[in-house]
Amino acid sequence: MGSAGLSRLHGLFAVYKPPGLKWKHLRDTVELQLLKGLNARKPPAPKQRVRFLLGPMEGSEEKELTLTATSVPSFINHPLVCGPAFTHLKVGVGHRLDAQASGVLVLGVGHGCRLLTDMYNAHLTKDYTVRGLLGKATDDFHEDGRLVEKTTYDHVTREKLDRILAVIQGSHQKSLVMYSNLDLKTQEAYEMAVRGLIRPMNKSPMLITGIRCLYFAPPEFLLEVQCMHETQKELRKLVHEIGLELKTTAVCSQVRRTRDGFFTLDSALLRTQWDLTNIQDAIRAAAPHVAAELEKSLSPGLDTKQLPSPGWSWDSQGPSSTLGLERGAGQ
Amino acid sequence: MALSAQQIPRWFNSVKLRSLINAAQLTKRFTRPARTLLHGFSAQPQISSDSCFLQWGFKTYRTSSLWNSSQSTSSSSQENNSAQSSLLPSMNEQSQKTQNISSFDSELFLEELDELPPLSPMQPISEEEAIQIIADPPLPPASFTLRDYVDHSETLQKLVLLGVDLSKIEKHPEAANLLLRLDFEKDIKQMLLFLKDVGIEDNQLGAFLTKNHAIFSEDLENLKTRVAYLHSKNFSKADVAQMVRKAPFLLNFSVERLDNRLGFFQKELELSVKKTRDLVVRLPRLLTGSLEPVKENMKVYRLELGFKHNEIQHMITRIPKMLTANKMKLTETFDFVHNVMSIPHHIIVKFPQVFNTRLFKVRERHLFLTYLGRAQYDPAKPNYISLDKLVSIPDEIFCEEIAKASVQDFEKFLKTL
Repeated sequence: MGSAGLSRLHGLFAVYKPPGLKWKHLRDTVELQLLKGLNARKPPAPKQRVRFLLGPMEGSEEKELTLTATSVPSFINHPLVCGPAFTHLKVGVGHRLDAQASGVLVLGVGHGCRLLTDMYNAHLTKDYTVRGLLGKATDDFHEDGRLVEKTTYDHVTREKLDRILAVIQGSHQKSLVMYSNLDLKTQEAYEMAVRGLIRPMNKSPMLITGIRCLYFAPPEFLLEVQCMHETQKELRKLVHEIGLELKTTAVCSQVRRTRDGFFTLDSALLRTQWDLTNIQDAIRAAAPHVAAELEKSLSPGLDTKQLPSPGWSWDSQGPSSTLGLERGAGQ
Repeated sequence: MALSAQQIPRWFNSVKLRSLINAAQLTKRFTRPARTLLHGFSAQPQISSDSCFLQWGFKTYRTSSLWNSSQSTSSSSQENNSAQSSLLPSMNEQSQKTQNISSFDSELFLEELDELPPLSPMQPISEEEAIQIIADPPLPPASFTLRDYVDHSETLQKLVLLGVDLSKIEKHPEAANLLLRLDFEKDIKQMLLFLKDVGIEDNQLGAFLTKNHAIFSEDLENLKTRVAYLHSKNFSKADVAQMVRKAPFLLNFSVERLDNRLGFFQKELELSVKKTRDLVVRLPRLLTGSLEPVKENMKVYRLELGFKHNEIQHMITRIPKMLTANKMKLTETFDFVHNVMSIPHHIIVKFPQVFNTRLFKVRERHLFLTYLGRAQYDPAKPNYISLDKLVSIPDEIFCEEIAKASVQDFEKFLKTL
């Protein structure tokens, strides 16, 4: 019984992390709920064991003794003696979210933890909505940090904000290409650029692939950011720097992840849904998408993955161009 | 040479339970295929201190002799001895002259043993004696789990049938050792009958014993005195039963300690005797837990949160759990309710349940109501929503009646937080 539940508990699923909860507590809570669900199943039937009892033989004189086999219930597998059947589950966390941020958090259970590494190596982008507040500056760039400065913001208009966001996007686009270690003179790199696949497949600083303003009503504004290799603190710092560019100050009041790779808000499970059946359904629903996306994102990246880090760009031009020629010839 | 009667006492067969590392408990056991009247001793030399290997396990003996037609189970009942360890001197005398020492690695023997000629396995024996050889695998002398012994110990089996969770007790080595050594008929039964007298039902005994396994080491007379003391303080029988059920360690406290605790609560809370009694009956954990958190919480309510003494008394009589709540959670909840939701003190006093709920629940529901424009907590104005409706009702009813929205809307809203 328990094994049937456990066998369906391998894979990735997304959870909506509420603000104010540490990711570690969330992971522990999910593990506890899964264990509770697994242990609630019916325990197996009690085992019997055979004992050979010495007794007088039937219908004979009392001196004759013989051994008779009897089956007596055994207490070895009684649930009160062994304890709960499941005490530990392997639950892993994908890209983490800090305590003040909220949004889609990918978790892996059992064999799904291996897929977490694959997802990390696929270097997919993530979507955030970032809410900012003009006129304040704090030490940790968040709204409830220690206040450092207060400024006026009447001069700020939507056009100014859009202009600054466009500049940011452009400069990050350049960095994308630089950190992806591609020689743009090759055919293959051109094709990848046409398809929009240029992105660094190894470590790099935070890169923004797209940023735009959804809503602007001073002092509040709402940005949508697509980025990779980010931390939430850097996103808040981004809001602070946007404020500085606008010749005022800004703090971030909300960082919310709406998409992590191929997991979106729709498939994320809320706190009330963190139990065994919901998680099993979520894993089953997400499994085909996960497989397809990982297949897709890992294969075209094969060529670029072999290249060394940016410091070696000189040397890499040689092999990449030959590779490119081969690839072109192969096609 | 047969063992003489005087030499028998040197033999023992105590079982080492559970402590793998505890050298002081190491004993030697000897096993050999049990002959009719000589019961097997399992020999297992312990390498550690030789000063301690002679350990009496007198309690562990059963003088019942084994291989009569009937018992088998009862003889194995006592301890973890599949090879019945009985030392009736008379029987031993009649038995073999030689002892068959099993092929264990036992090298160390008592001096007496050396004098006995070894029993050869090739020696022909009669059919009857052959039947009566018990060759069960010996029980492990030490183990970290009671699973190894449960099939051979009637005490443990009866406890499991009562509902005691052995997997929790085996985490405490001393308790497990104690249970293995006790006899159900003699010791445990008395205690169970006493507990039933106090008022604990049959189906609650298991949970009680799982929590408070130390009660077996308490003296029955002391326990009766403590119950009499509680009765003298005008706690009714049902009250005492409820208190003991909810706080299993209550009867382990001496009369002076109980007296001190009751006195503390009377002084600290300055409630009437009857109200203090009701409070303690509802939350007997107050008597068994530490008093420091209670003192701290009283200070927090008075100084940090700014409640008056009569307000605190009112809240505590409604929700006794507030006395032992976590200080940080209290302050966070109060901060949100008072500063963000702008609810004044006198309304919070009317609904102390808000201190008993998780903060995230209060926050999510309040933010949803604000988003819908229904966050009205002033009793004077229309569409007033009371705090207890905010926190104490389940999600579906909250969404339908208070927020007048669907549960899907609530979930969508939660995903925007």
